[in-house]
Amino acid sequence: MKQLLVLSGKGGTGKTTVAGTFVELSQAKAVADCDVDAPNMHLVLKQANAPERFDYMGMDKALIDSETCINCGLCQRNCVFDAIDFLPSTNENKDQYKVSDFGCEGCGVCVYVCPVGAVSMMPSVDGALELFRNGRVFSTATLKMGSGTSGKLVSEVKQNLIKAAPKEGFAILDGSPGIGCPVIASISGVHMVLVVAEPSVSGLSDLDRIVATASKFQTPVALCINKADTNKEKTEEIRRYCQNNQIPLVGEIPFDQKVVEAVNQGKTMAGETGPAGIAIRDVYEKTMGVFWRIQGSNELR
Amino acid sequence: MENKEKGFRIAVLSGKGGTGKTLVSVNLAALQADSAYVDCDVEEPNGHLYFPMEKEAKTQVYSPIPQVNDDLCNGCRECVDFCRFYALAYINEKVKVFENICHSCLGCGLVCPTNAITFNNSTVGTVSTGKHQGIHVYSGSLEIGKASGIPIIKELLKKSHKEKRLVMTDCPPGSACIVMESIKDADYCVLVAEPTIFGAHNLALVHELVSLFHIPYGVVLNKCTDSKNPSEKYCEENKIPILAKLDFDPELGKLNSDGKIVVWEKEEYRTIFEEMASRIAKEVGHETVVGIER
Ligand code: SF4
Ligand code: SF4
Ligand code: SF4
Ligand code: SF4
Repeated sequence: MKQLLVLSGKGGTGKTTVAGTFVELSQAKAVADCDVDAPNMHLVLKQANAPERFDYMGMDKALIDSETCINCGLCQRNCVFDAIDFLPSTNENKDQYKVSDFGCEGCGVCVYVCPVGAVSMMPSVDGALELFRNGRVFSTATLKMGSGTSGKLVSEVKQNLIKAAPKEGFAILDGSPGIGCPVIASISGVHMVLVVAEPSVSGLSDLDRIVATASKFQTPVALCINKADTNKEKTEEIRRYCQNNQIPLVGEIPFDQKVVEAVNQGKTMAGETGPAGIAIRDVYEKTMGVFWRIQGSNELR
Repeated sequence: MENKEKGFRIAVLSGKGGTGKTLVSVNLAALQADSAYVDCDVEEPNGHLYFPMEKEAKTQVYSPIPQVNDDLCNGCRECVDFCRFYALAYINEKVKVFENICHSCLGCGLVCPTNAITFNNSTVGTVSTGKHQGIHVYSGSLEIGKASGIPIIKELLKKSHKEKRLVMTDCPPGSACIVMESIKDADYCVLVAEPTIFGAHNLALVHELVSLFHIPYGVVLNKCTDSKNPSEKYCEENKIPILAKLDFDPELGKLNSDGKIVVWEKEEYRTIFEEMASRIAKEVGHETVVGIER
């Protein structure tokens, strides 16, 4: 399955709008939303039927049995994540060591150091995976508030997609913001990244970091500029950046109030006739041109 | 907004980046001479673009990574079995460390019976501090290819904790554990939301998050237009105080995208942000009775 991943470094650049529109234009039969911290794709890709749901098991979490615990404090001293709190006695309780709900990374050090076997590791449901099959396979997920293992969940979202649509030749993935673990998990195994950039000082800085991340994993990159007319000088700077770094610039999308309206009606830009709609369709054609050229040359190699 | 005892900490967050979180936090910080601004978005730090630092001091942030002394290793694989992050493997009669997925828990060192494992410091990123026009700036940056910025955020928070002034914390996007790290010690949270169903959806996610922490909060609605605003509706339905409504304004957008501090550029914007600040002070005043005055 050839995979195109849409990334932006930061959210709010129109990444999901672009990805959603691409899905409709390409009629891709395999789609995943890898932005597990704040998934949005389902809001524009309306689904007729309810999804299949699976629990997402994150890292096990430590649990201290206060009956067995002798309050030696060894676990707290050895937990490098500061995830064990000491709660002084109250009317109801004696002194207690307790694992905090959010801090535990599940490393298991406390289990190892406890002299009386008071700590155990408990399975923990950290979110839910969802798989829609409505003509197309759409894989998405939500992470439970404050869980830290989103990279692993991204990998499972992608595995779910590949398992459910093994014969599809082409997939579109909406990525997560940032450059850390979930983004690295999104990039892993994809065939090209389309970066949606914004013409601003922040946009340029984010763009540089996301391109560096993709190159680190040897993934080809193409780039489009969204809201290109809101800052002409910065748009020019991004053009130069592309030239200097030999990144194909696959188009520029002007600011268009119609985008907000379409999003609010839960629609993509695929059928829109305004300037942004026309521009996104052009970006789509060019992106696919670059995408298949890269795949072709890879196959020849 | 001042509290000489310990500094007053305001965390600015949003379900996603790009909503104007940095716009709100840098401009609120810029209103008050001598405030501090902390950029916790270490994956895509942008604050330093608005507040370029005079005399920037950079420090490296390290994480301990195991190093195996092959002469002492007897191949028992206790370390490999212990590591729950699959950061160790026994290949060709040697322990191999996958640095980028190691969480630096130090567990493998504890379990090794022959003391073959020691820890080396590996750089995960940097923390920069400096001043811009009297504002104390803290900024962190995750090294490309590294998985987690948490050690850098911890270092940033540790450093900025000594501040006895108004501290504006610009949080990373999303609602994962990394965000929790940066709001844990906040006295007030400002949630920034866009007027779309995406915006409202993301707002609901961060709203759930701040509710967990029992920190008082309010919402700034950004990029408002005449059309309906799903985020505003969400605030009304959930009785969340709306601190300010920033209209969609190409001029403000342009200044901001050029890295300008809009409250320093135009009186008009200064007034808008001052109103926002006094609204926050008022909210704080009646949520917690502390000596915050403007
Ligand atoms: S499992 Fe690790 S992170 Fe969790 S409480 Fe124990 S030592 Fe701390
Ligand atoms: S190491 Fe074990 S006995 Fe000691 S405080 Fe922790 S849980 Fe209790
Ligand atoms: S320090 Fe912890 S995470 Fe890193 S290799 Fe050792 S056991 Fe694994
Ligand atoms: S635990 Fe120590 S001795 Fe055993 S395989 Fe690991 S490094 Fe070698």
